[in-house]
Amino acid sequence: MALQSLDIKQRSATTTPAPQARQTIEIAKLIDVSACIGCKACQVACMEWNDVRDEVGSCHGIYDNPVDLTENSWTVMRYAEVEEQGKLEWLIRKDGCMHCSDPGCLKACPAPGAIIQYANGIVDFHQENCIGCGYCVSGCPFNVPRISKKDSKAYKCTLCSDRVAVNQAPACAKACPTGAIQFGSKEDMKDYAEKRIADLKERGYQKAGLYDPAGVGGTHVMYVLHHADRPGLYSGLPQDPAISPTVSLWKGVTKPVAAAALGLVALGSLFHYVMKGPNEVSKEIEKEVEKEDAQ
Amino acid sequence: MTNHWVDFKNADVVWVMGGNPAEAHPCGFKWVIEAKKQRKAKLIVVDPRFNRTAAVADVYAPIRPGSNIAFFGGVINYLLANDKIHHDYVKHYTNAAFLIDPGFRFEDGLFSGYDETKRSYGSKDTWKYQMGADGFARIDETLQDPNCVFQLMKKHYSRYTPEMVNKVCGTPKDAFLKICEIVATTAAPNRTLSYLYALGLTEHSNGSQNIRCAAMIQLLLGNMGMAGGGINALRGHSNVQGITDMCLFGQNLPGYLKAPTDGDKDFATYVTKRTPKALRPGQMNFPQNFPKWFVSLAKAWYGNAATKETNFAYDYFPKLGGASDALSIFNDMFHGKVNGFFCQGFNPLASLPNKKKVGDALAKLKYMIVIDPLATDTSEFWKPHGEFNEVDPSKIETEVFRLPATFFSETSGTLTNSGRVVQWGWKAASAPGDSKDDAEIVAELFLTLRKMYAKDGGAFPDAIRDLTWSYNQPLSPSPEELLKEINGKALVDLTDPKDPTKILFKAGDQLPSFGFLRDDGSTSCGNWIYCGTWSQAGNNTARRDNSDPSGLGQTLNWGYAWPVNRRILYNRASADLQGKPWDGSRTVLKWTGSKWGGNDVPDMRPDAAPEEGVMPFIMTPEGVGRLFSREIMADGPLPEHYEPFESPIDNNPMHPRVKSNPVARVYKDDMEAFGTAKDFPYVATTYRLTEHFHFWTKYSKVNAIMQPEQFVEIGEELAKEKGIKAGDRVKVRSNRGFIKAVAVVTKRIKSLEVDGRKVHTIGIPIHWGFKGTAKPGFITNTLTPFVGDANVNTPEFKAFLVNVEKI
Repeated sequence: MALQSLDIKQRSATTTPAPQARQTIEIAKLIDVSACIGCKACQVACMEWNDVRDEVGSCHGIYDNPVDLTENSWTVMRYAEVEEQGKLEWLIRKDGCMHCSDPGCLKACPAPGAIIQYANGIVDFHQENCIGCGYCVSGCPFNVPRISKKDSKAYKCTLCSDRVAVNQAPACAKACPTGAIQFGSKEDMKDYAEKRIADLKERGYQKAGLYDPAGVGGTHVMYVLHHADRPGLYSGLPQDPAISPTVSLWKGVTKPVAAAALGLVALGSLFHYVMKGPNEVSKEIEKEVEKEDAQ
Repeated sequence: MTNHWVDFKNADVVWVMGGNPAEAHPCGFKWVIEAKKQRKAKLIVVDPRFNRTAAVADVYAPIRPGSNIAFFGGVINYLLANDKIHHDYVKHYTNAAFLIDPGFRFEDGLFSGYDETKRSYGSKDTWKYQMGADGFARIDETLQDPNCVFQLMKKHYSRYTPEMVNKVCGTPKDAFLKICEIVATTAAPNRTLSYLYALGLTEHSNGSQNIRCAAMIQLLLGNMGMAGGGINALRGHSNVQGITDMCLFGQNLPGYLKAPTDGDKDFATYVTKRTPKALRPGQMNFPQNFPKWFVSLAKAWYGNAATKETNFAYDYFPKLGGASDALSIFNDMFHGKVNGFFCQGFNPLASLPNKKKVGDALAKLKYMIVIDPLATDTSEFWKPHGEFNEVDPSKIETEVFRLPATFFSETSGTLTNSGRVVQWGWKAASAPGDSKDDAEIVAELFLTLRKMYAKDGGAFPDAIRDLTWSYNQPLSPSPEELLKEINGKALVDLTDPKDPTKILFKAGDQLPSFGFLRDDGSTSCGNWIYCGTWSQAGNNTARRDNSDPSGLGQTLNWGYAWPVNRRILYNRASADLQGKPWDGSRTVLKWTGSKWGGNDVPDMRPDAAPEEGVMPFIMTPEGVGRLFSREIMADGPLPEHYEPFESPIDNNPMHPRVKSNPVARVYKDDMEAFGTAKDFPYVATTYRLTEHFHFWTKYSKVNAIMQPEQFVEIGEELAKEKGIKAGDRVKVRSNRGFIKAVAVVTKRIKSLEVDGRKVHTIGIPIHWGFKGTAKPGFITNTLTPFVGDANVNTPEFKAFLVNVEKI
């Protein structure tokens, strides 16, 4: 359910217009990679606030653990050792949902109200409406959502929408010991980033800059990077992320058709759910997605 | 540390060598980031590994484990040779001008007075100051006398050229010189460097001298006593500072009072030996108050039994018969000389070097009592856990009792952080099951023993019979009662020495400062440096006012820093001879015309006018900081590079005849257990990870998820040579045993060219064991050598030899 204090801007597979009486400021989380020490306090805070736990895994020969995002790990640190011209850097990036202004997941989602974008910019998954189709996964240019094996629903960072709704910073930002995760209005975060970028440039990082990619309309999780010209150095942060053309098509010209189609999909899924349970449904729909993607 | 966590934000340069605060102290490290953000501070990291701290550093240089003194010596040489020192500070506030005995020598790696048969400096007479006819040390303010400390230092460190640093440490010359340049900028009176270190300096056979080097550099640069300066030990546990303060080292009584030894036949001998005379005129020589601290302690412990007639129960105090450090105790245990062992909040099987020896030692006990919230590895040393702990319980007769204790959050009381700030914490949760607070466990044990002594008699029951135990509930002394007792109180009405008609404190009043302690039995105090924590004003450690009019983060009303709520030690040195701050924008202390004022509690007699010439280092009898430590250290008055006991090179490049620390204590069987570079060609170093806390958090699921499985770090070059890929399992062997772990192959550990030979380093985190929630692992200290620092016997965990192979 949407929280009363969070106005909704967009709702997946919904044509009802969004409320517009109130104006909310856009918020953003700024991750200053140059101040990040990779301590994983953000990962722990995320697990504890959201009450999710992965299994105790194993060491894969790297510091990353858990080694990837999962339905229980909504954020992970990615450690990249980059050595150029004899200078070694350990670029550590907190990975997770970017909360795009133009969210590919929401665009792709056929389930009414499973993905919400609040007026403040947060993109939230409402699992009770999720049909587990996995479209959000293909719709995401950052490869973030994960489908739970337990309930076949999609999970990802909520930007602590519950905390933000009551004027608290996300758990990760609160836990970050070095202030590498800042939280506030998007405007303030951009101002803060500017200062950090100026400092980095003074320290010799000529290409320091803000990562707020235009291809997804900007994001509500932004990075300060020492090498903003090459985001790929940071464990494959996309250079120019954009929503896949298939998704754009699905939600663009063919929107009326899509609306009808998703109604059918939803009905179908309900039917399947009643008859066979959730896993079967998702598999079937995944296949459809794959087929569509392949075309 | 001399300064405190928040003070890091005041630094212009932060130098981390021998620590990894981003990894082990992430919360405190925020103040380093703050210095970078707000003061444009430069962060220097010198470490064998490009670690998490290095990830945000401005300059990083690699160094071979165990070669710190060569690096430091190089920096000292750079500062002296390039005249990059704070002249006025060095001249007046250090012993640079002091004249040393003309017989002092350093030749072929040894200082004068060495006795090879005893592996010690039998005579340290030549390390002493020249004494004048007036009974004070002689000085030469021109610093030109060839026997003055300044000249001796210059000569001693001239051998530590950048080339020599490169040869011994493997550090590239350009990186070394770049660091020297940045460090040297802080010789300016208005620039400071904060030196941060942890066990990377201490856990060596020359650990104490490592730390002295850092302190000497800070003295040369004039950074001691300054905001944003100091030499800052980052303690490895939220209360390790408190543990040290309260004397959990056998050599000390609470408050760093040296414990009596067999040689101290009577009270007079003991006290006289430990009460120094001033070495320069007019100095505070604060340790001259030793009798007040000791007598007040005796009153706290033995109450009415401690009287002038009984020499304040001096005979009740245990007398040390020899070494009493952890290594010596376990060595005695290993040789069957110990019957019982109380193991309280300690996991020696995992924490001490050479697990095999420690396990064998525990197996020779008749009984062991483990007081701990967790079922530690030590408490199950007798139990087979596959190859992680291969033992035969049928051959072990040690009876183990486990007494479940509480965690810090399950009881109220104080923690003392690295910045000496004592902070009260409130109980957050009740402990599960039958577990009891440590104080309750000890109380019950003590009261039972005392009853048994009263009933059955026994040898020397007096010390137990007469111990004070005046708690409301004898079986459950409260943390409040304990802190009050530690703080101390007036036992009779105390009058003002200047005006005997004036009563300063009524009998029973809590005292506000150790300045009021007396040596006549009229005051009691369980730990003189904690006097003031609980005054008549109440529990000062519970104060939570973070207002900071100084802007320096001094927050004098937050908790209570020992001593006397002083936040920066030696703060008199932050001002020049006239009492004017070296840097007015960061005033710690200044002379106001009638007294010392500013933003801290003066480390000086408050009304000592600058003209009186009372120097800032009030805890030394000379009143100044010691560049030359005279006869105080076991292994020399000036730090010298010695190789680790397991070294990858054949000789000490500084002096081939003396390779390793010539006075470090090595037991015979441990000497035989050392490996050589022929069989164990790689250097290993052990350390902590941010995801875990010692051997504790392996029981916590969240930590276990973050770093689930034991690994070792291997440089790409060595990995390639050995055919090891990231994620492979490898076996790491030393001459004492082996561990198996996953290989993390990394660019962050480089091979180094040392003395003409390529040296690879393997990094080994410590956190795993056979008990817990994380994947079971080997105890890293299976590998480490049983040898310690020459002065305090901290084990050499940071530099030893191993071999590695893919499984």
